Amino acid sequence: MKISMTVNGREMSGEAEGRTLMSDFLRNTLKLTGTHVGCDTSQCGSCVIHVADRAVKSCTMFAAEADGACVKTIEGMANDDGSLGTIQQAFQDHHGLQCGFCTAGMVMSADALLKENPSPSESEIRDYLEGNICRCTGYHNIVKAIMAASGQDVENIAA
Amino acid sequence: MYAFELERPSTIADAVAALAADNAQALGGGQTIIPTMKQRLASPSRLVSLLGVSGLQGVSSGDGAVAVGGATTHVDVANGAASSYPALASLAANIGDPAVRNRGTIGGSLANNDPAADYPAAALGSGATIATNHREISAENFFLGLFETALENGEIITSVSFPVPNRASYVKFEQPASRFALVGVFVAQYDNGVRVAVTGAAEGGVFRWTEAEAALSSNYSAAAIDGLSTPSVDNLVRDLHGSAEYRAHLVKVLTKRAVASS
Repeated sequence: MKISMTVNGREMSGEAEGRTLMSDFLRNTLKLTGTHVGCDTSQCGSCVIHVADRAVKSCTMFAAEADGACVKTIEGMANDDGSLGTIQQAFQDHHGLQCGFCTAGMVMSADALLKENPSPSESEIRDYLEGNICRCTGYHNIVKAIMAASGQDVENIAA
Repeated sequence: MYAFELERPSTIADAVAALAADNAQALGGGQTIIPTMKQRLASPSRLVSLLGVSGLQGVSSGDGAVAVGGATTHVDVANGAASSYPALASLAANIGDPAVRNRGTIGGSLANNDPAADYPAAALGSGATIATNHREISAENFFLGLFETALENGEIITSVSFPVPNRASYVKFEQPASRFALVGVFVAQYDNGVRVAVTGAAEGGVFRWTEAEAALSSNYSAAAIDGLSTPSVDNLVRDLHGSAEYRAHLVKVLTKRAVASS
């Protein structure tokens, strides 16, 4: 079947089967490979995107379920001039990534958190990232980056 | 996963018609069935998404009860019941992780009846009524055993009505890897008595701990649990995460914590 959606502000469409996962549709059909598939079992959060302004695991949703929806992926997080968006820049500034595999999902979850809670505490950030797994950083710098992106002072946050 | 048809009806009548096909199954948020299908432990010929069906979403309160539409996501229950039934809202706010709560639905959770799921404890612990397109089913009669409910083929959970207690609390001890409840206890005090529902502990799924209900109905305090022996339930779960004895101990501890925090 043909499905269409607005991805990062652009109308996009492609062919999908009923069983086509949203993550596969983004990566293989729309060629938006910034969304990563880490575990494919809805645990790791590398594939987090926003559908209708809500963070979801794109490996645990069928593409056809997003037919007609507004979708935001990591490719939509940069500024219009191509420079890094606020959250992305904070991840760079505070070394919130090492291998980078989980980062797309981390940034999308962080974006969802900050929309819901513009000034989260350290524990609120850690709690919100329950479904995003990073095997490199130990999370400290990710938490620090998200706090910094929210405009809070992070000088005293452990790193 | 194996190929199947995906239907997205907008009315209950169309959903019921779509579910009449052989081996068709309802799809809520898909947070359990999609991983299950990837493992080829389920292979429906057709999935019928209920998320687009009008009238199945939302939280409302009145007449001493909170009614939740069958396709309401966990995050919407967490927000929508925060003032009307805080213990239910808190339970919903701690299911899975934020992305799972944005997709998973109460109807999906109840219909799946995972023995370690949270919602069955709230439903049984509140004496909830589960309404379908055919009938109303009391929580007592709804949960039949491991992944088994009273729902018949083609039957859709349209709403769940929770009588609001005087006070209540749900406390779970999370299995550290999956974050499912190793044991979870829902305690609710009503004018006519106290209900205690336990999830995660028994192979048959959620159950009421009647000895604790009797003790708490006459003395609503954590101390009332001290004198009780651990629940005499057949087939407590025993696995690498905890022995049956450990789970039985947790039931007592968590019941006390739920009473103290209610």
